Amino acid sequence: MTTHPLPTTSSAGTAARVPAKGPKRSFAALRVLGAALGTTRGRISAGLTLLVLAIAFLGPLVPGSPTAFAAPPFSNPSVPGAGLLGTDVLGQSVLFRVLHGGQHLMLLAFLATVIAVGSGAVIGVVAAYRRGFVENLLMRGVDVVLAIPQLVFALLLLSLIGPEWWLLILAVGLSQAPQTARVIYGAAQSVTEKDFVKAVAVWGVPTRSILARHVLPNLTTPLMVELGLRLSYSIVLIAGLSFLGFGSPPPEPDWGVMVNENRIGMAANPWGVLAPALLLALLAVGTNTFADAIARANLGETRGEDAVLGAAAGPTTEGSK
Amino acid sequence: MTDVTRSGALAPRLQVDGLGVVMARSGTPVVQDVSFEVAAAQVMGLVGESGSGKSTVALSLLGYARRGLRIAEGTIDIAGTSVLDLSGTALRKARGTLVAYVPQDPASGLNPALTLGYQLGEAMRIHDEGRSGDPLDDRIAALLDEVRLPATRQLLHSYPHQVSGGQAQRVAIAMAFACRPRLVVLDEPTTGLDVTTQRHILQTIRRLAIAHDVSAVYVSHDLPVVAEIADDVAVMYAGRLVEKAPAPAIFGGARHPYTAGLLRAAPTPERAGVLVGIEGRPPRPGRWPIGCAFADRCARATEVCVATHPPLEPMGADHLARCYHPVDAKASAPVIAIPRIAPPAAGTGALDVDGLSAWYGDKQILHDVRFRVQPGSCLGIVGESGSGKTTLARCLAGLHSAWEGPVEFGAQLLDPKARRRRPEERRRIQYIFQNPHASLNPRMSVGENVEEPLRFFDRLTSAERRRKVAEVLEQVALGADLADRMPEQLSGGERQRVAVARALIVDPELLICDEITSALDVSVQALVIEQLRELQLQRGLTMVFITHNVAVVRSIAQDILVLEQGRVVETGPVEHVLTHPEHAYTKQLLADLPRFADAGVAS
Repeated sequence: MTTHPLPTTSSAGTAARVPAKGPKRSFAALRVLGAALGTTRGRISAGLTLLVLAIAFLGPLVPGSPTAFAAPPFSNPSVPGAGLLGTDVLGQSVLFRVLHGGQHLMLLAFLATVIAVGSGAVIGVVAAYRRGFVENLLMRGVDVVLAIPQLVFALLLLSLIGPEWWLLILAVGLSQAPQTARVIYGAAQSVTEKDFVKAVAVWGVPTRSILARHVLPNLTTPLMVELGLRLSYSIVLIAGLSFLGFGSPPPEPDWGVMVNENRIGMAANPWGVLAPALLLALLAVGTNTFADAIARANLGETRGEDAVLGAAAGPTTEGSK
Repeated sequence: MTDVTRSGALAPRLQVDGLGVVMARSGTPVVQDVSFEVAAAQVMGLVGESGSGKSTVALSLLGYARRGLRIAEGTIDIAGTSVLDLSGTALRKARGTLVAYVPQDPASGLNPALTLGYQLGEAMRIHDEGRSGDPLDDRIAALLDEVRLPATRQLLHSYPHQVSGGQAQRVAIAMAFACRPRLVVLDEPTTGLDVTTQRHILQTIRRLAIAHDVSAVYVSHDLPVVAEIADDVAVMYAGRLVEKAPAPAIFGGARHPYTAGLLRAAPTPERAGVLVGIEGRPPRPGRWPIGCAFADRCARATEVCVATHPPLEPMGADHLARCYHPVDAKASAPVIAIPRIAPPAAGTGALDVDGLSAWYGDKQILHDVRFRVQPGSCLGIVGESGSGKTTLARCLAGLHSAWEGPVEFGAQLLDPKARRRRPEERRRIQYIFQNPHASLNPRMSVGENVEEPLRFFDRLTSAERRRKVAEVLEQVALGADLADRMPEQLSGGERQRVAVARALIVDPELLICDEITSALDVSVQALVIEQLRELQLQRGLTMVFITHNVAVVRSIAQDILVLEQGRVVETGPVEHVLTHPEHAYTKQLLADLPRFADAGVAS
């Protein structure tokens, strides 16, 4: 905008949305998170997730032993000394085992998610940008891994090498990378077709730099959605593997293991199964719904008037939207 | 031609009274106090730039408001039916039989998963409820005949993507007229079509309107097109009507300064004058001033304009304008001659294209194209869609690499692939894209976008880069403070100037502009073109300016090249080619171009 004959009333239209002190780098991820938190759906799901995370990470600080004998096995909470949630198969306090048994699982799930989304994003973006042989090689490879059920894939690796914690992370992460790769590949295809990517290519900018500076930042939303989705899948998958005996070794409390070992006493003390299962379910629902809130916020479903305002300032060719 | 019409005694076909549309949540007005009427079989042109509210008014005529908007007040009466009082089934029936709609883009207006024949039949089946005894096939054939399309099996069994844009738009128009509505609302139906196709579509609409006694509201930002088709014209600005008059009165003697400004900004093939744009941009909904919304962009504005809102006042027979200081109808805008280009100063880079042929897969797009652009001059390349003009531009820029033939710039052969060119060559040749909404990285600020090429061509400190960004933004008349904004906060014109700045920051010698003004409003297009010409003079830039609009070429280029089906059919100095076209294709292009002079000829 240049000079106005009468600058009194005008230019407010453009000045309004300008931040007072313009940030040089726009933290796209933070903006997306903020938009998601602005919705009811986003706030509720974030609350759920944080609640379970708080139990998992602050729980171990609560004084009390998860391995000490408290009362006879499968005692009701009504039995003296059994604690708030009764006792488990070995007579240990379910409450303390629940408080201590989440941290390990969470950490494993986060690491697995980082591996899944990280490797998936790299595969997807590179495949979308480099057409031809590289694209085919990567995406067909993804298809092959996709054809194997996740749990079977993880079990295969674990039973070949043994139940090592790093292998658990790797198995869960890699078994999910293809899903992320597919999603990011699809999203990246429309970005790599955009003119601003071509403009950069004309200057002779190296591919690595194009992908990192120009393509990835424009995939923030699908990446965040994937992070949420993969986190909830990782939690369920790791809990499932613990249930099957590939989790932490016996004395250590673990939500997945608890569901398995306490199910024989369901009738006597249901809390031994219900408490860890409920927390896992809440976490999965929370992260999943939050991912959904991110996707919706970016689609503009909740934006309403802002979207109309944006359209009003759009180009002629989009005038009829 | 339309002696049936002008019968003032009859009640108007469409009567809009005090229409107001607001944002549903905040109640901010988007359209306010819009009143007009359209007589039977008349075409009303509704003109305005993006964001003026013209599309919102058009959709209101169907009793429809976009998501987030609400029709708050006013009445809309079509042939005795009050549209805004209808709801549910009655409203659904009215849409199609009483009032029909033709969207801007036929590709999105037609369902890509259904055949054209099915969609045409559906339009009739839904609304006639077995009233007509004629077999559907015959009626479809008659319908297609009216829009001059053959009712062959092949066409009826085609999907929308298998036919050309012009054919798809004809089908959309046929569907709109299928149930013989009383009013058809057309929302920029020819935007994006070639001039020849556009001319045929406009003729079809006129013919159908008269033949079936259907009135039409034609929404457009393209003034010459409106001049061509409309009987009456209403001009909208910031949600209000600012001028309304019969077409000849508008195009012959506009009274509102905004309308007059739009007319001055529109390029014509006859006149090689400097284009005068309108600086600034219209206020957004919610930020309308107390006084005249146009006052801050108006040279005639005084204190009274800022303080109070001017009413819509009669300016002559049937002529209304909302202005305290209307332009004198008699005064014709002075044509400012384009300053002659001085002989090229540095004159290092001449572009020599000596037999370029290009392919997409097996299909040859360009056939032995030859031309030369003198250093410091501008070549305008025109042609319809599919003529290969954009492919040509992309070949030169190195974006499309399946081509061969010697192309020299500054006596250096160019490699087809940009990656294989030397960095110096990549710096000297810069390319500006058509759509400013796609050519800037939305996740980077304006400043970051502009300085991006510097990172690869020069080793500069960030302070130096920042200084250069400020410098080049000033050069394209944007102001350095824009550097910290995000592209989405800018208007289309501003974004395109940012794209120009990004190309200029590396001191290029050859600038390739691919339809860079086609996504912009006329008032903004004029500003961008004037800017480019100034920069060309200052820097001695060599330019290749690609466009589908022959009129634009007159204002910027010294030489012109006409492409048809990948072959050069005519080339020479602009003055000469446009006044004495030799090839039949050039003549056709010029003849089909809509002109202001055609206003009112139809009636």
